[in-house]
Amino acid sequence: MSSEGIGAPVKRKEDKRFTTGKGKYTDDIRMENQAYAAFVRSPHAHAKVKGINTSVAEAMDGVIAVLNGAELTGDGIGNIICGWAISSKDGSPMNMGAWPAMASETVRYTGDAVAVVVAETKAQARAAAEAVDVDYEELPVAANIEAALASNAPQIHENAPGNVIYDWEIGEKDATDAALAGAAHITEMDITNNRLAPNAMEARAAIATFDESDDHYTLYTTSQNPHVARLVLSAFYAVAPENKLRVIAPDVGGGFGSKIYIYPEEIVCLWASMKTKRSIKWTSDRSEAFLTDAHGRDHITKAKMGFDANGKIVGFKVATKANFGAYMSLFSSAVPTYLYATLLSGTYNIPNIYCEVLAVYSNTNPVDAYRGAGRPEASYVVERMIETAAREMGKDPAELRRENFVREFPHQTPVIMNYDSGDFEGNLNQAMTAADWSGFPARKAEAAARGKMRGIGMACYIEACGIAPSAAVGSLGAGVGLWESAEVRVNPVGTIEVLTGSHSHGQGHETTFAQVVAERFGVPLDSINIVHGDTDKVQFGMGTYGSRSGPVGLSAIVKACDKVEVKVRKIAAHLLECNEDELTIGDSQVKVEGTNKALGWHEVGLAAYTAHNLPADMEPGLKEGAFYDPENFTFPMGCFIAEVEVDPDTGVTEIIKFVASDDFGVIINPMIVEGQVHGGIAQGIGQAMFEEVVYDDNGQQLSGSYMDYTMPRADDLPSFVVEHHNTRCTTNPLGIKGCGEAGAIGTPPAIINAITNAIGDNNLSMPATPSKVWALIQSSGAKIAAE
Amino acid sequence: MTTVSMTVNGKAVSSDVEDRTLLVDFIREQLRLTGTHVGCDTSQCGACVVHVNGTAMKSCTMLAVSANDADITTIEGVANDDLHPMQKAFNDNHGLQCGFCTPGMIMSGIDMVNRYKAEGKKLDETAIRHELEGNICRCTGYHNIVKSISQAAGEM
Amino acid sequence: MHNTTYHKARNAADAASLLSGAEDGTLLAGGQTLIPTMKARLAAPTDLVDVSGASDMRGIIVSGNRVTIGAATTHAEVAGSSEIRAVCPSICDLAANIGDPAVRNRGTIGGSVANNDPAADYPAAMLALGATIQTNTREIAADEFFTGMFDTALDEGEIITGVSFTAPAKGAYAKFPNPASRYAMCGVFVASGDAGTRVAITGAGSDGVFRATDMEAALNSNFSASALDGLSVDAANMLSDIHGDSAYRANLVKVMAKRAVTGAG
Repeated sequence: MSSEGIGAPVKRKEDKRFTTGKGKYTDDIRMENQAYAAFVRSPHAHAKVKGINTSVAEAMDGVIAVLNGAELTGDGIGNIICGWAISSKDGSPMNMGAWPAMASETVRYTGDAVAVVVAETKAQARAAAEAVDVDYEELPVAANIEAALASNAPQIHENAPGNVIYDWEIGEKDATDAALAGAAHITEMDITNNRLAPNAMEARAAIATFDESDDHYTLYTTSQNPHVARLVLSAFYAVAPENKLRVIAPDVGGGFGSKIYIYPEEIVCLWASMKTKRSIKWTSDRSEAFLTDAHGRDHITKAKMGFDANGKIVGFKVATKANFGAYMSLFSSAVPTYLYATLLSGTYNIPNIYCEVLAVYSNTNPVDAYRGAGRPEASYVVERMIETAAREMGKDPAELRRENFVREFPHQTPVIMNYDSGDFEGNLNQAMTAADWSGFPARKAEAAARGKMRGIGMACYIEACGIAPSAAVGSLGAGVGLWESAEVRVNPVGTIEVLTGSHSHGQGHETTFAQVVAERFGVPLDSINIVHGDTDKVQFGMGTYGSRSGPVGLSAIVKACDKVEVKVRKIAAHLLECNEDELTIGDSQVKVEGTNKALGWHEVGLAAYTAHNLPADMEPGLKEGAFYDPENFTFPMGCFIAEVEVDPDTGVTEIIKFVASDDFGVIINPMIVEGQVHGGIAQGIGQAMFEEVVYDDNGQQLSGSYMDYTMPRADDLPSFVVEHHNTRCTTNPLGIKGCGEAGAIGTPPAIINAITNAIGDNNLSMPATPSKVWALIQSSGAKIAAE
Repeated sequence: MTTVSMTVNGKAVSSDVEDRTLLVDFIREQLRLTGTHVGCDTSQCGACVVHVNGTAMKSCTMLAVSANDADITTIEGVANDDLHPMQKAFNDNHGLQCGFCTPGMIMSGIDMVNRYKAEGKKLDETAIRHELEGNICRCTGYHNIVKSISQAAGEM
Repeated sequence: MHNTTYHKARNAADAASLLSGAEDGTLLAGGQTLIPTMKARLAAPTDLVDVSGASDMRGIIVSGNRVTIGAATTHAEVAGSSEIRAVCPSICDLAANIGDPAVRNRGTIGGSVANNDPAADYPAAMLALGATIQTNTREIAADEFFTGMFDTALDEGEIITGVSFTAPAKGAYAKFPNPASRYAMCGVFVASGDAGTRVAITGAGSDGVFRATDMEAALNSNFSASALDGLSVDAANMLSDIHGDSAYRANLVKVMAKRAVTGAG
């Protein structure tokens, strides 16, 4: 391992601009002649729009235009779509209701936009937006899954009877029922997965500019995938043809999924920039973010797991209801299906699995992928079930897991996935050692002496990353391919630009991607620049989500590097008068093995561009592109162990220790990988103990700011113990599995298993807030007293 | 409109502002120092922390007119020729990912180290975590931020 | 934020005159509550009278065990005052846990007391310490001052200039912060001195800060946490929200009261 290559904990190249305040986020950019947009949003969760009176607003200082949804659709701007088609059990297509970027007839959640004000200043825009008088006729509201499925529920979209979007299934129902019928032990649970707000610290923003002189649009936006944004803005929303639309995602302050989607605001800003001939900036504040960002999770599940007399799982049956909110967001349909039910085998040999998923509209924010996207929900169901089963059967939870682990690879599960590699027991053992699992009883006794309830819990998660083989996802309904692209440009002086379709919004690609190329060509890290986030600079790419930038994005770079190397060898062999296979590349030169004959790396670059002496028929230049389509998902897995102490007087849970042992395959930069794990664990702890979007029955958010939505803070968390026990991924060139979501996937069940272990009551839902834990302790105490 | 004058990162500045202008908007929009960020609207997240006369304050919860005659340091004014030890420590320890909360973290970090040194108190992990109550990060889980501040505390 | 006109007051009299000349003016001290409220467009004063630099509203005077704190004194100044700490460490500890460090550098005791937020910390201290609220026109006993959630005995245009109290022989504040906002979900200040024991509770009550007279009686006969064991707190008078129902808050009142008593020693 070189000090800068694969495996080296290289300090991040991008940090200097961020630590000195020189990052360039969307709101930091100011265009000439910039105006500001403020949206008029519905205060009702469900209402008819009877009329919009803009006359007062239009007359206010600084107001340039007040535009509404009828004008938007009148100009041919298309409705927002969901890009993944899922069919119901009976083969019928999903019931997707229309989502106009601004509602002209019906509003379906609080925050639904009905009009936009464009004004000279932000304050003027906001004041005028308040002065727009909208006449609403309130309709009954369904603010959660149960209300939406009730017999008297309001119909949210005409074409989704009973508010059902689809009723989908996977696996073998009859075989699973039969297996459960013959089981020696059955564990049954009702499991809720709480609704979360992603809360990237940079709220969404957009600046749209229309250049009349050539009918060209430029959009700066907070996106994880600018090309996907351009594609849908062009192909579906008809804002502009792709060649007339440049989308730039500059520095982006976190995404966690919430910045994958193309939201109404980007569409409206682009359209309004054409209408007003002004650059238009919109920056969400945090309150608006709570009202408009796609939320995550929000499942209700019934699960049944059967075991034989030896403790082997024989069948697993799951029925999940998933809240989609008021509209189907871009990838919403895939999240509770192919990103969820396909992971229900967990790390275990389960011969029979059946899962059905009911997708439901409600009068709430749209719900889509948030860090982990379906896989945290699956991991939570599987790991709560097996833990509960162990408790019910009086078995050691680690032993029950060991008895059921997949041990041979490749392993085909009953739910599509084919695991390529892993050593699940190795991670379990590593985590248990690091957690000093065997010393727990003594620690519990010591805590009890202090009046504290101490608990320990584990989770052995597995997830699917590296999304995804295009043909496979195409056959499952995806509207896009999920390959990635790269272009590697060696400049005449030997420096290198790597253009990637991945997008870095915290992941450190400018460092890790450069490390791979530096190692490959033996050139200094500083001679490599990673270019991303601009559709005019970078070839079409699919962006960053689903922990795909390493396994897919880097694989594309490797593939482009392969092509560069072929040409480098040809040029060098020609100049050095040797065979290509006699050459070695490294130490900034191309050398004939066993001789003093060598060319500097820069000399090869120069030769390629001067083209004075190239092999016959060779084109000048040294630049190669590649598209990499993965052959399989990758399967990061690991074992997390949490040890907690609960204060029975207040219900407060303190995390005493948190251990993660992950299998990420080959690691490019351990420092960055550990950082990803830390952040994922924090978000997982947030879900398990702190965070929840709460609506009242009228669809009003009760948790719409940091006064009420509990963001994990530094003093809520411990330092984490992060270890690795890696097995190489067999299906991509670098052997990478992906690390971005693991923490958020494995953590919630580990925490809840620990807290329920501490308080001796399994009936705990997330988030395990102090009041909830205290109430449970009270009710358990009452039960004990009654016995 | 009121004319405000202050020193920002060692330079005297003077400008007419609406009285309602927040200090953070004055810094970002008028001075175009965009390293100071806004991450919430309820004074919780701390992305906007600057130093006013040497102490940390939330520039989103303060009017520009209130800072008349004040000496302000923003993230852009922290380094001299070299990075400040706090900035360097964040790079050394991977104390940032998306970078959005980072300016506020660094300004709060410097403030807490200065205060603890002045009071002769030890800035251990528990103290750092408590002192970070007003700074929210969504990327790092705080683990490496705590390490960064701890390292800088030893070097400042 | 709606537009407003800013005035900087030199002293309390200046502030009173500026305020009386305003159409719908309001005092601005540290602004740590007022400015977020204005940003959310929930308040739109025509005029802001900044008293943070009012010369006669600043500073700390400790004379024997009598403590006087100027209204414009920041939480950080109270937290860091060695003079106060020598006689009344409990109020320093309380101040040291309001908000966060940056908020403490601006927020003031006068602003907190005047706003009487049902989840603010200082009202509990004022009530338990039997403090006197000094205004530009009179002195008001804390018992008469806090008249319900966000409500005080202050008249229109009346300005708090400071607070004063006699340091108790024993005192402590035990706070259970709201997990999200970090305001008090329940904060109990216990003060015990020659005049007996006073217990004041913030964050939990459905009508703001209040005294727990039954706890006071129990502690007057036996100043120990166990003296509170037999008491029950009526959940009917407690707040209920997404962070905890009234039963939970009633429990917190008792638990935090016991911790405060233990902390007071």
